[in-house]
Amino acid sequence: MSDPRFRVTSDPLDATVVSTIVSSADCGAVATFVGLVRNENGGRRVLWLEYEAYEPLAVKAFARIDEEAGERWPSIGLAIHHRIGRLEIGDASVVIAATSPHRAEAFAACRYAIERIKQIAPIWKHEHFEGGETWIEGATADPMDEDARRMAFEQCT
Amino acid sequence: MHVTIRLFARLREMAGAQEIRRTLPDGSSVRAAWDSLVTEFPGFDDYSRAVSCAVNEEYARMTTPLSDGDDVAFLPPVSGGQS
Repeated sequence: MSDPRFRVTSDPLDATVVSTIVSSADCGAVATFVGLVRNENGGRRVLWLEYEAYEPLAVKAFARIDEEAGERWPSIGLAIHHRIGRLEIGDASVVIAATSPHRAEAFAACRYAIERIKQIAPIWKHEHFEGGETWIEGATADPMDEDARRMAFEQCT
Repeated sequence: MHVTIRLFARLREMAGAQEIRRTLPDGSSVRAAWDSLVTEFPGFDDYSRAVSCAVNEEYARMTTPLSDGDDVAFLPPVSGGQS
């Protein structure tokens, strides 16, 4: 049975559903992040995006991010759902929900998760813009890169 | 030994295939699988510094040794999430 907290799906994402997965009676806070497809990137007019993932490894990457966040903020709960396939402007590409007894840890863990997703999750974005298309290539996906991990932590404090 | 190579995003497009089977000498590492692709597909060498890899659905290193039947994935630089 797969863990409902960590998913890669071609279905539309629902932040309320993702939040509910990690909410419990001892949670005083839930911080959600929803990444949306924007109509502009680097001066290009974006028409739509196509996301591709190495699904089993992406799900494992999400679980790894949860473990990393749990080492720093032991009381948090974390759920990450990422969409793949063709997404239109305004569609949600990723939803993160972080819960904790108090808000500071929830905000920090949520921010950490999105920074780490962009660093290590095997997910690629194919941008279709007015006049062409291009693969957006960011970080080398290396979860063992401690400098990258430190940078992600620094974004949260 | 026989291995299955999985390619994604621009690497997949350049190779024109999502999965490629390769026969490699026993004792080969992931790097041998990569080198065989660099030889065959122009453009792959541009990724030699930035590519990362996985073996049997776990992150791996170019130095990771391979065994018969292994599933090797090459990952171009990633861009998940949304800023």
